Formats: sequence, C-alpha cells, structure tokens
Amino acid sequence: MSVFSPEEIAAIRGRFPILSRVVNDKPLAYLDSAASSQVPEQVIEAMATFQRTTRANVHRGVHRLSQEATEVHEGLRDRIQRLLGASRREEVIFVRGTTEAINLVAWTFGRQKLNALDVVLAGELEHHANLVPWQIVAAERGARVEKIPALDDGTLDFEAYERLLDSLPVKIVAIQHVSNALGTIHPVERFVQAAKRRGVATLVDGAQSVPHMRLDVQALGCDFLAFSAHKMYGPTGLGFLYGRYELLESMPPWQGGGDMIDKVSFSGTTFHEPPWRFEAGTPHYVAPSGMNAALDFVEEIGMERIAAREHELLEYAQTRLREIEGLRILGSAPHKAGVVSFVLEGVHHYDAGLFLDQMGIAVRTGHHCAQPAMERYGVTGTIRASFAVFNTESEIDRLVAGVIRLQKVFQ
Amino acid sequence: MITPDTIAERETEIVEEFAMFDEWLDKYEHIIELGKGLAVLAPELHADEWKVKGCQSQVWLHPVREGDALVFQADSDAAITKGLVALMVRVLSGQPARAIAQAPLAFLDRIGLHEHLSPTRSNGLASMVKQMKLYAGAIAAQEASHG
Repeated sequence: MSVFSPEEIAAIRGRFPILSRVVNDKPLAYLDSAASSQVPEQVIEAMATFQRTTRANVHRGVHRLSQEATEVHEGLRDRIQRLLGASRREEVIFVRGTTEAINLVAWTFGRQKLNALDVVLAGELEHHANLVPWQIVAAERGARVEKIPALDDGTLDFEAYERLLDSLPVKIVAIQHVSNALGTIHPVERFVQAAKRRGVATLVDGAQSVPHMRLDVQALGCDFLAFSAHKMYGPTGLGFLYGRYELLESMPPWQGGGDMIDKVSFSGTTFHEPPWRFEAGTPHYVAPSGMNAALDFVEEIGMERIAAREHELLEYAQTRLREIEGLRILGSAPHKAGVVSFVLEGVHHYDAGLFLDQMGIAVRTGHHCAQPAMERYGVTGTIRASFAVFNTESEIDRLVAGVIRLQKVFQ
Repeated sequence: MITPDTIAERETEIVEEFAMFDEWLDKYEHIIELGKGLAVLAPELHADEWKVKGCQSQVWLHPVREGDALVFQADSDAAITKGLVALMVRVLSGQPARAIAQAPLAFLDRIGLHEHLSPTRSNGLASMVKQMKLYAGAIAAQEASHG
C-alpha cells in the first residue's frame, strides 16, 4: 500500500513548475534534493507577491510596508520555534544557511569555550560545513578537532565516542543528524545525551533531517541545531540556528552592524539581546514569505507522510539498484533518510554524472563535501540520488536503466 | 615527435571527424575511445607534482620540451575527461610553444563540447589547458629574450 495514490502524486508534482522542464530532450528526473529541493509554485508566488506588495526593510521602519514585512519576518520566527519545539522564540536566529549557522556558533561560542589543548569531537561523516569552521577556530585557540569514527555500515561508533568523551578534554560535540553523503540517520539523541551527562556542549547539523522528519530540540537536548530553507521546499539564502537561550545570552556578537546593537558611541557600544545580537545588517527579508509558503506546503501534506513516502522511494531505489551487477551501495545503516549513494565498478562517478545528465537525470556526483567520509570508505566520490516528496518510482526506473546503459559504454 | 601540421589544421580534422555523430551517445563513445588511445602516462608521472586540480576528476599533465616545441603527456582518472584530454594533446602536442600559447582553441565549441572547458566545470580540463598555455608561454618568453 503506497503512501499516496497515483492521483495524489500527480497532484503534488503538478505543484512544482520545474518538474515539467525538459533537459537534453528528456523530461527532467530531479534526484538531487539533498543538495537543494525544488520549490512549489506557492513559494515562488508568495515571494513574488511580497516583492510586489510588501517589499521593505524589516525592524527599522515605522511605515506600513516595513511593519508588514516585519510581521512576516517575525511571524516566521514563531513558526520555526514551533517547528523545532524550542522553548522561546528568541532561540531562533535567522542566518543564510546551515554553513553560516555553524560558523556563527564556532566563532562565538566555540572561540569563547575552547582553550589550549581542548577538543572538539566531530563525526567522521560530517559535511565540511560542520568540520572546517571548527578546525579554523580550534587552530586559533590551540585546540584540536578529533573524529568520532564511523563503522563499515555508515553508522558512528558509539562506544568509541564514549571512550573519547571520557579520555579527552572535550568541550564541544559537532554532529550531523543525517549523513548527506550516505543517508544514515544517526541516533543523535544518544550522542547528545552522552555529551550532556558529561557537561559537553552539542551542535546538531540538521540540514538533512529537519526537512524530512519531525524533531524536537528539547527532547533531543542539544544546545544548538542548524538547518537551511532551501532543502525544505523553501528559498535559498535563508537558514536557521536554534540555540539554547542561556547560551545565546552569554555569547559575544559575531558580525557587527545595524540591527544588532543597543547603543553605539565612540566611547563604547552595547549590544542587543539575542536573537538580534546575531543578526547584523539587512537580512534576506524576501525569503521568509517563501519559507512560510514552504511550511504551509509541508503542513498540508504532513511531515509523517512526507517521511513515509521518501522511505518508500529509498526502499524501492535500493532494491532496484542492488539488482545491478558491479554496483555497490555505500552505507547499510538500519535507519536511512531518502539518500542512496553508490559506486560503479570500473566507472568514474564524473563520467556517470555526465551520462545521466544527458539522459535528463539530475544526480549528485563527487565527494559531497564530505571528503573524510569518502576516505573512510576508500572511494574518491560516489553517485548520489536523493529523494523528496515529488519523486516517483518511474524516475528511479530511469536512473536504473541509465546506469545499466552507461555501464555498457564504459565496460 | 614533431608533426608539420598546424594547430588549426588539427582542429579542423577533429571538427570533421565529429561531424558524423548526430547522437550524443555516439559522440561520447568516440571521446571515450580517443581516451583509450592516449599514450600511457608512466606511473611516476601520476605524482602530485604533475596533477592539475579538478574537483571531481583528476588530470595529470607532463610537458617535455623539444627545441622550440612542447610535447605533452597526460592522463585522467575519468574516461570522458581522459578523452577530452586526448583531444587537447592531439591538437597541441608537438606544436611550437608560441603557437600553443596563442591558440584560441575554438574547436571544442564547434563540436558542441565547449561546456566541458568552462572554468566552472569540475573536471579539471580548463585548468589543464591553462597549464599547457603557461608552460608554452614561459618557453616562448625565454626564446624571445634569447633572441
């Protein structure tokens, strides 16, 4: 029994204008939502309407447009608070995306917290965005970043993690919820709780989880969580950082500028309270109208059904891909999100990507900004198909047929 | 070995060769075949020293000076990139350094493969061509200063 009827799937697809595009004379099969999901018409329309009717800078103006724009902006903050189960709206900071959110934490909290010889623990499968900022700040502080080793199946070694927590001066744990490279859903609450018991701060990279499952930051217990709008049917250039208020309050500002200050003078400047302390300058104030529409879309279909549908697509893709000789799927964790990463014997991932593109199939190839993960599994890159609620079994069939066809050419 | 024909003549030859393919698949298959025909690059030349940085596919390029000409040996780990590398070597290798440095290399455009040479492509090909021209430019400058 499928999650959606064929009519429902057709109706969902009909809401995404880009899906009717033809690429290289073939209908587009978009299997790259882990990088960027596509947007439904209502998101495009909401942003266009906002530009036509409301466009004005937020927070500062007393005029009508600015008031309305600020309402949209701050209304989204309330919605993100509810989405994540945060205890107060001031725990939600608007950023450009997950990368900026993690940099913000590294450059404020990280810099404050880390001293010489301290350790940041990061998972071996982390996206570079949750690794490199820590390396830069750690180097500045004389601290270092150590890895939580990954196991052969694409999960993280929890026992090794606990040993590291007990044997090193760990101050921060930076961990992904879902691997963008392999799709593993890590039991992140276990990792967070283990850190918490030892008084270690935690940041969860939720870029690949928040768009695909319901989660609650208070139940999770993490100190920080970051995610992006563009992977959740929303606009690009907008992301969110959740931070526990108590910590946010103690953190110094990161970027200086307008909107983040209390009082400015040449004899000294005082700063605004969180979250505004961390929101210097004009934000991408058009994007919240689009994100509101994206959240409407998600709520209308229902996160549970989206997750169930993506799981259905994952199972179908894995079953079909496993039938192909010379194809190896990386990552066999018991819980996976809608991501399947594979390598082909004797075929370079770049060649595969070029061929699939000629067939109108958009997949990601390469190291997926997770080079340590690639190194762990002894590959230079993979071919990755990732799913969203608008994908279909027939698109996966096209991927399978495409792979079989390209194998013939390269072997 | 230095062949007498010019870069432009070699480019025309390639354009004519590719004119017989209507289908992208045939074109790509031909490129892959050309890559297979590329002279084997010695294992020691697959060192970092000769590596041209690409994000997804790697390219190795080794120049050998023969008088005022430059001979190139090259390789790639991806088959299509290797075929494109073979095309570049076929056009430029053995040509006078000055001619290499100044070659507009319009043939990729004429055979509908221009996108592969875009600097935003992650195959390393644009970097390789840049590197070939840098080597050639350096030799040409040296010759000019020696009169």
